[in-house]
Amino acid sequence: MTAVSRIQTARAGLIIALLAISLGVLVVIATGMGFIPIAPGEILGALWDGLRGAADSIDPLHQSVILEVRLPRILTAVSVGFGLAVAGTVFQGLLLNPLADPFTLGVSSGAAFGAALALLLGLTFFGSTTLCVMAFAGATITLFAVIGISGRDGELSPTNLILSGVIVSAILSAGLSFIKYLADERVAVIVFWLMGSFVSRTWNDLLLTAGVGLAGFAVCLYYSRDLNIMSLGTRSAKSLGVDTGRTRMILLLTASLISAVCVSVSGIIGFVGLIIPHLMRFVVGPENRWLLPASGFGGAILLLTADTLTRAVLPHEVPIGVLTALIGGPVFCWIFSRTRSGKRHG
Amino acid sequence: MDSVIYDIKKVCFGYGNTRILHDLDLTFEPGMLHAIVGPNGSGKSTLLDLMSGHLMPTSGSMKISGTPVSDHSSPRLARLIALVPQEFDFNFPFSVFDAVLMGRHPHIPRFSHPSDKDMSLVDTAMKKTDTAHLADRILAELSGGEKQRTVFARALAQNTPALLLDEPTASMDIRHTLVAMTELKRLARKENRTVITVLHDLNLAAEFCDRIIMLNKGRIHAQGTVAETLTTDTIRDVFGVHADFIDTPNGLHISYGIKELP
Repeated sequence: MTAVSRIQTARAGLIIALLAISLGVLVVIATGMGFIPIAPGEILGALWDGLRGAADSIDPLHQSVILEVRLPRILTAVSVGFGLAVAGTVFQGLLLNPLADPFTLGVSSGAAFGAALALLLGLTFFGSTTLCVMAFAGATITLFAVIGISGRDGELSPTNLILSGVIVSAILSAGLSFIKYLADERVAVIVFWLMGSFVSRTWNDLLLTAGVGLAGFAVCLYYSRDLNIMSLGTRSAKSLGVDTGRTRMILLLTASLISAVCVSVSGIIGFVGLIIPHLMRFVVGPENRWLLPASGFGGAILLLTADTLTRAVLPHEVPIGVLTALIGGPVFCWIFSRTRSGKRHG
Repeated sequence: MDSVIYDIKKVCFGYGNTRILHDLDLTFEPGMLHAIVGPNGSGKSTLLDLMSGHLMPTSGSMKISGTPVSDHSSPRLARLIALVPQEFDFNFPFSVFDAVLMGRHPHIPRFSHPSDKDMSLVDTAMKKTDTAHLADRILAELSGGEKQRTVFARALAQNTPALLLDEPTASMDIRHTLVAMTELKRLARKENRTVITVLHDLNLAAEFCDRIIMLNKGRIHAQGTVAETLTTDTIRDVFGVHADFIDTPNGLHISYGIKELP
């Protein structure tokens, strides 16, 4: 290994460690913020009590605010941010397209359509989780339709995937518009769901997103070297021993399922999956072994910051998708212009 | 290292109703530098795609050391054949070093780091292609010839018994072209590898290659030694130009001209 690439490896490791530590600190700070401010020491005490299964060292009210109200929401936001950013990284790497994000293959339109249908018809066959189930079903059906249209030759070429994703999304968007038109006064509920929110998330939401997110992350990391090589294009990747068709199928399914679960729990939160991978590529480079964890932590930090602002700082809850763009956008512009100016032309 | 023999029997290939290759019968043996020449659209790159397993023949058999190419798994094939494609894209800001190291991918087990042997092969490949000083540069920022040398280095690092190259020197300068061709000849002659390269420059083929396969409209027009294949007649029939053979201090030189311009 050349001296420079060894330094880059050490640097990437350090950045990932810093991101992880920042995320941990941010979780504690965010838990302390809100209608009832709680000191960091007390939060750690409550966590310790929660883990031990005993509750004696702190105020029971604070204990229940932390464990029952704030932590589930905060950690769900963290998992969704992590999942969306990892999925975005995988999609950009697979589709070789800088504009790809977790929703390029129509996962979001499918989820939106499913959720809107549930809201329009007032479906409740799974109780309170019906909305979530319908969104997930919409997302996965869309995914399989897109893969079915583009994958007949077993190769799943990026151009075919993007094209079929765009077409299926367009059809579903038209369907969604029609549902909104039919929904009359219920249209506000649909619109608000579409913009995404973490209000009153539970431990179950957390278990679902964190479980799927971590399992998916492990699969993506397993194929990280293949993903690096697939950036050379199909012909070269095949000649270097990567089974491109199979690897693409596995990674697409994994990344799409992560996105589908995130969307079904939180609604459609754009921007995280698009911008964070780019941002982290500027910082840690294109090597997916580093890029995937760095993006995950970066996405978690962005989404937690946005959710904490809307929950504890702003006077009213603002749709979180709006905030992610408002916070992430300027940071991205700053780093983007700095990288550009640092480069020679020609 | 095992040596590799290509055995191609009655291979046809086409897209839909367009036939590109017709009933090819060919054998490629180790220890020789083979050149595939022919005009645009004669099926040269398609033949390489079939040999690398990227495309499947419509009919006929394409065997490598006795086993059909399609029966090998991708990693196994990548340990037998290295490919230098005509076109290559680099989509993310990987460095030249990263790209050459990717040539070792089929040899490095999934959860392992590159071994000392991998590193020394990468090192040698970069020295041979004069890319060592570019190691930390971003691929996308290199010139066309430098990119081509990087891809060439990657194929050398892959260290396979067979090498397939499609116009490997098309963007290289004169010196790097001669260095690359000399290296290909050395790999074939000294290391007993099976080296097959598509070339447009007949002079380069004549100077370095042991065997020439001349394709025309998807069929073999001539094959054999340089003297047997590169003649005034074959060049006129296949390329539609007039060729003169001139003795020079650097060997035989072919000079072309179009006699009757339209």
